[in-house]
Amino acid sequence: MSYDKRYDGRKPEELRPMSAKVGVIPNADGSAMFQVGNTVCYAAVYGPRELHPKFLQDPKKGILRVNYNMMPFSGHGDRVRPGRSRRSQEIALVIQNALLPVLDLSDYPKAVVDVFIELPQTDAGTRCAGIVAASMALAHAGLKMKELVSAVAVGKVGDSVVADLTYDEEAFEGEGGSTDMPMAILANSGTVSLLQMDGEINKEHLATSLDLAKKAAQQISDLQKKTLKEYYQ
Amino acid sequence: MKEHLLKSLKKGVRYDGRKLDEFRKVTVSYDVSKSAEGSAKVTFGGTHVLVGVKMGVETPYPDTPDRGNFMVNAELTPLSSNRFESGPPSIEAIELSRVVDRGIRESKAIDQKALCIKVAEKVWSVMVDVVTVNADGNLLDAAGLGALAALKVARFPKYENDIIDYMTHTDKKVPLVREPLPVTVFKIGEYLLVDPLPIEEQLADARLTITVTGDNTICALQKGGEVPLSSEDILSMTDIALKIAPELRKKL
Repeated sequence: MSYDKRYDGRKPEELRPMSAKVGVIPNADGSAMFQVGNTVCYAAVYGPRELHPKFLQDPKKGILRVNYNMMPFSGHGDRVRPGRSRRSQEIALVIQNALLPVLDLSDYPKAVVDVFIELPQTDAGTRCAGIVAASMALAHAGLKMKELVSAVAVGKVGDSVVADLTYDEEAFEGEGGSTDMPMAILANSGTVSLLQMDGEINKEHLATSLDLAKKAAQQISDLQKKTLKEYYQ
Repeated sequence: MKEHLLKSLKKGVRYDGRKLDEFRKVTVSYDVSKSAEGSAKVTFGGTHVLVGVKMGVETPYPDTPDRGNFMVNAELTPLSSNRFESGPPSIEAIELSRVVDRGIRESKAIDQKALCIKVAEKVWSVMVDVVTVNADGNLLDAAGLGALAALKVARFPKYENDIIDYMTHTDKKVPLVREPLPVTVFKIGEYLLVDPLPIEEQLADARLTITVTGDNTICALQKGGEVPLSSEDILSMTDIALKIAPELRKKL
């Protein structure tokens, strides 16, 4: 069984329908919502604010702290137990590293910028959705940024290289299996600030995947810019 | 601050221009999370909460072998306010979830016997999770309305050969036989008001949550705050709740 037709009928490079909105959480200093297919993500930014405990403070610049959480009813199977898991902590770390390169926090010594990511509904691609939403929320918070970060999962399902995998595609068990590669891309420079992979891939497919991710990231970046522009108009 | 608020309440005016017994704009929408067996979003003005119902199959408790399990949990997320921190649930979150839980449990709103699959072996559990998205006062009432809304639309997932297929939902609804709704009345000085803003909550002397069912029976009470209430206070607060509950129920 090869995978030449996608379960939801999309073309290999086609992303699921997307929507985005900023300013969705009035209490936050910056906030955004991003939906891609059935994955929905909220991000809120609080800060820069004083960092406690004090020993974590950096006297030279502010620090970024990311928190990633799936709501208990957002999982594909059983209820997700509330609280931090090893998975959620690792994801928070890689998201943090994906966002840091575009942020300049040198004006905020000893301070922290907190990013909270919450998902009410998921269908794969949650860390990428988190980055897309968080990036818009950071911009909405008025923080100095070099550019926006967009993110998308690409990968190989069966023998096809596809963009924006769904949960069903990640779980593909036919010949060739499934390889999932979440990536965050700085749209202007085209550099990669998050790269992970589950599964197997050869060098040719890796090269195709990188190209595909860049094109997909461009579309997402356009949506991020459009959403922010419309908000301020 | 408090004197200023009291002066304004004396004139019957609140900071946002509402009357004392007036709610902000209330909205309820359903199926906000496809991953849940049932879900709802509730907004009271700037307050925004999501409630999801997940179901699972578990062993029943030994003292109730023929009854399904039921629980309510609340996450006051740091996403929703700078007052909240990540980590273990705060006492505020624990009280909120327990009061919502009590209203549903004590009114026997869920027919727990109808959740039994095999006595002493397998029962359905119904888990209600409340998550705050923007906390702008009166979270408890929003959580209670959201819990009821999500339970009303929750459907059993497909269950065959001891395996739950969460991707397929049946037409079978969660057995909800009554509809408890909490309404919290706050006392500030001599004034009683509902649906407070955070500043009003902060300055309140006491509060009373009155959970009422569809036929206006009172099924749970919880007094909060440090100032004691008189019998007259309690009865006046109950009158307000009994008047408000049917109005809120219309939003479902």
